[in-house]
Amino acid sequence: MTAGEVKKREEMEPEELLRIAHLSVAFEQYQGGMEKRDLQVIRDLSVNIRRGEITAVVGASGSGKSLLAHAVLGILPYNASQGGSIYYRGQELNRERAARLRGREIVLVPQSIGFLDPLMKIGPQIRKGKKDKASRERVDQILKSYSLKPEVGELYPFELSGGMNRRVLVSTALMEAPGLVIADEPTPGLEMKLARRVMEHFRELAEQGAGVLLITHDLELAIETADWIVVFYAGTTLEEARAQDFREEELLRHPYSRALWRAMPQNGFTAIPGTQPYAAHMPQGCPFGPRCDQCTEECLQPVPWREIRGGRVRCVHAKE
Amino acid sequence: MLLEARDITFCYDKNNRKILENFHLQVESQERVGLVAPSGFGKTTLCKILAGYEKPDGGEVLMNGQPLSSYGGYCPVQMIWQHPEQVINPRLRMKAVLKEGDQVEERIVRELGIEPEWLSRYPGELSGGELQRFCIARALGERTRFLLADEISTMLDLITQSQIWSFLVEECTRRNIGMVAVSHSQPLLERVCTRMQKL
Repeated sequence: MTAGEVKKREEMEPEELLRIAHLSVAFEQYQGGMEKRDLQVIRDLSVNIRRGEITAVVGASGSGKSLLAHAVLGILPYNASQGGSIYYRGQELNRERAARLRGREIVLVPQSIGFLDPLMKIGPQIRKGKKDKASRERVDQILKSYSLKPEVGELYPFELSGGMNRRVLVSTALMEAPGLVIADEPTPGLEMKLARRVMEHFRELAEQGAGVLLITHDLELAIETADWIVVFYAGTTLEEARAQDFREEELLRHPYSRALWRAMPQNGFTAIPGTQPYAAHMPQGCPFGPRCDQCTEECLQPVPWREIRGGRVRCVHAKE
Repeated sequence: MLLEARDITFCYDKNNRKILENFHLQVESQERVGLVAPSGFGKTTLCKILAGYEKPDGGEVLMNGQPLSSYGGYCPVQMIWQHPEQVINPRLRMKAVLKEGDQVEERIVRELGIEPEWLSRYPGELSGGELQRFCIARALGERTRFLLADEISTMLDLITQSQIWSFLVEECTRRNIGMVAVSHSQPLLERVCTRMQKL
């Protein structure tokens, strides 16, 4: 390939890295004896991740955010069945392909520092057991970029503070040059300053051409650091919007996104009553319907996922 | 009522750095005090001392001028912890967990949005946010006079967080319960607290 052709190919390569369309995940459960039921945990989820951008998925706890990560990585448990489609770099991402790519091309920054091996030193843990000189140098370089001393590589996780361990978790994602980074709640309990620093590292990865999927319920952090925000409720995507739309309530398209916005301490801290419906007792039509003050007859029918003002929404009342 | 930390000094290991040194704090019943400090500065440690779980190396905790340890039986200073799953006996059903509290009113359970169905479940069968509601109910027994809330809402989504805080503020105002709140979210503390104190 000539230099010109390489350039052309780069231009042609789609911005879109990961396309998840109408994903559904159900678990097979036994209820007392032989009676079997399917518990639909993710009902209809659509997310696009673009190269060089951070996409945050925010939503209620228990809305299926972590399952989304597991579905992309192909590590759902044996009793789960999956519907809809996941495409990575234009090709379908099935279980076999996910198994080939995960840990190299697609990496996960897990939710808890409990995912670090307590009996393995930090250095070998980051370089995944590789012993060659290049890997060792890379580890030193990574530690340095996280303002950790090279000696840290010789320590065990219990000898580090919570914040240091968090940085180690993030750095395991940097060992390979990943195409897609999935970060599952990387910043809980961290003060804003430290959380911002973690996010800066994800931004650097994005600038090197990766796509970042950030799973969080910290809307403030998402608004500040992500490019896109996807709002997730009871296993369904309700809205996909540019992060700056979340700076003003009027720009949001779905009543639930607006309720989230108003629940932020700096925006009034008001809560709507009720809780997210349990997967086994889902309402008809819009899952947010029973808690929504705009709910009408139409909302009891299946609600389409449509484009409005540069974003997407699942609400019949959203206006241009 | 007045909860007072007088001249508190504390370190975990001998020769290690002092986490708290000559620390003073006074909380009145009608107050909600927000504690602000970076991580690792002893916010949780202070809560543990105030609730009587740790003994300070120096200084004392007083309620209405009397040492906290002189109040026998139920401790009038109750703490709600950051990780609910770690402070609930995994082998008890949730209704038994509630009974560990001091005559928790039916009304509190209802207003916290605890579904009757959850009462017969084990802790492993509920989410973090659901468990935290039980922990809050358990701490709001009849004889509770002061409440320590240590990062109680980080695991919750914004709407649940706001629901729980508006309940707590209302309940504490009504029953004249004083509160110390710890959170890394400055805007949250500004919303909830009547004043702030640096550690």
